[in-house]
Amino acid sequence: MSTHLDMTPMVDLAFLLLTFFMLTTTFSKPKTMEINMPVKPENEKDPQKINNAVTAILSDKHSVYWYYGEFNPELTQLTKTDFSPEGIRKVLLDKNASTKKRVGELEDKLAKREIADSTFKRMKIDIQSEKQSLFVLIKTDDKAKYKDVIDMLDECQIASVGKYAVVDIMQKEYELIQNYK
Amino acid sequence: MSKLKIPSSPVLDMTPMVDLAFLLVTFFMLTTKFRPDEPVTVDMPSSVSDKILPENVLMITVDSAGRVFYNIEGQFTRRELLASLGSKYKIEFTEQEQQRFAVLSTIGMSMQNLKTYLGADEAGRKAMNLKTAGIPIDSTNNQLADWIVYGWRAAVNTAVKNNKEKDLRFAIRGDGAANYTTIKRVVEIFQEQDINRFNLITTLEAKPQ
Repeated sequence: MSTHLDMTPMVDLAFLLLTFFMLTTTFSKPKTMEINMPVKPENEKDPQKINNAVTAILSDKHSVYWYYGEFNPELTQLTKTDFSPEGIRKVLLDKNASTKKRVGELEDKLAKREIADSTFKRMKIDIQSEKQSLFVLIKTDDKAKYKDVIDMLDECQIASVGKYAVVDIMQKEYELIQNYK
Repeated sequence: MSKLKIPSSPVLDMTPMVDLAFLLVTFFMLTTKFRPDEPVTVDMPSSVSDKILPENVLMITVDSAGRVFYNIEGQFTRRELLASLGSKYKIEFTEQEQQRFAVLSTIGMSMQNLKTYLGADEAGRKAMNLKTAGIPIDSTNNQLADWIVYGWRAAVNTAVKNNKEKDLRFAIRGDGAANYTTIKRVVEIFQEQDINRFNLITTLEAKPQ
């Protein structure tokens, strides 16, 4: 008597199942961006942070209006730009060049395994929270889309800006945008 | 010619191949997590952030029309959530409706419609999802705040019961075309509950050099 078993149907089934699970499995988990929103009463004061700040106001059709420094109703001039590489990204990279450079050096060190992952994270935060590194205030008017805010947060990451906050727009700034031509 | 031997049937030892096939089948079966049918399609904006979404999240979905949907994982959590919502809004849910709620995923119904929604069959639910206005978020009828508070409490209770980590994360999955004012309102509702840390769900895009 032969002990051989015809395994063909079983193998067929196994491969059928294999194909099914391979095709239905999705390995990509959604990515996420962590953000801490400022607690309301806190962002009203804190004058020292405003020294080196870019305020970017997002408006309709993915446009960005920005100004540097403190808001002054008489002097503040908005500049209109967009999310192209030559747009707001260039502004942030220019203003944050030294921080970006130092973080870049740190990333090189990490790539060469000269420093540990945790050291890298700590040093990066230290550099980004120094006084001379840029602070970005993100404001939106009522026409801004969610994508714009995400894009703006992205630009901050690309330019190595560690200090940024999404805050409410001031009435005066809103008027400036309305009058911008 | 007599030396040429023709085997009667070409037998191949398939055992190693079958072993491998079953190994792979087992692997895929165990790693697959079937995604439940989502009531809304959301086109998430892309970002350079490559952090992976943590487990155990309370997720608020905002679609392009600004409708707000809610999702929390865990059957026990969901049952407890429904019970607390029922007692707050004075709605009795049958055992069948509770069971249905426990296995569903994202919900975007006002409390007034929830019972009908849970009682409906799949086609009925689909039709309701198309014309729902989402969970009310305006300050006079802020049902989303109750969903968040009770969901959070239920998740913590379930975690304590199972001796698991209590850390619940709050995620916002918005459509890129949604108005930011709606997202801002959702964030505001979270902040009223002293929740200031969020995970914004995005898709990956390459970092520019």
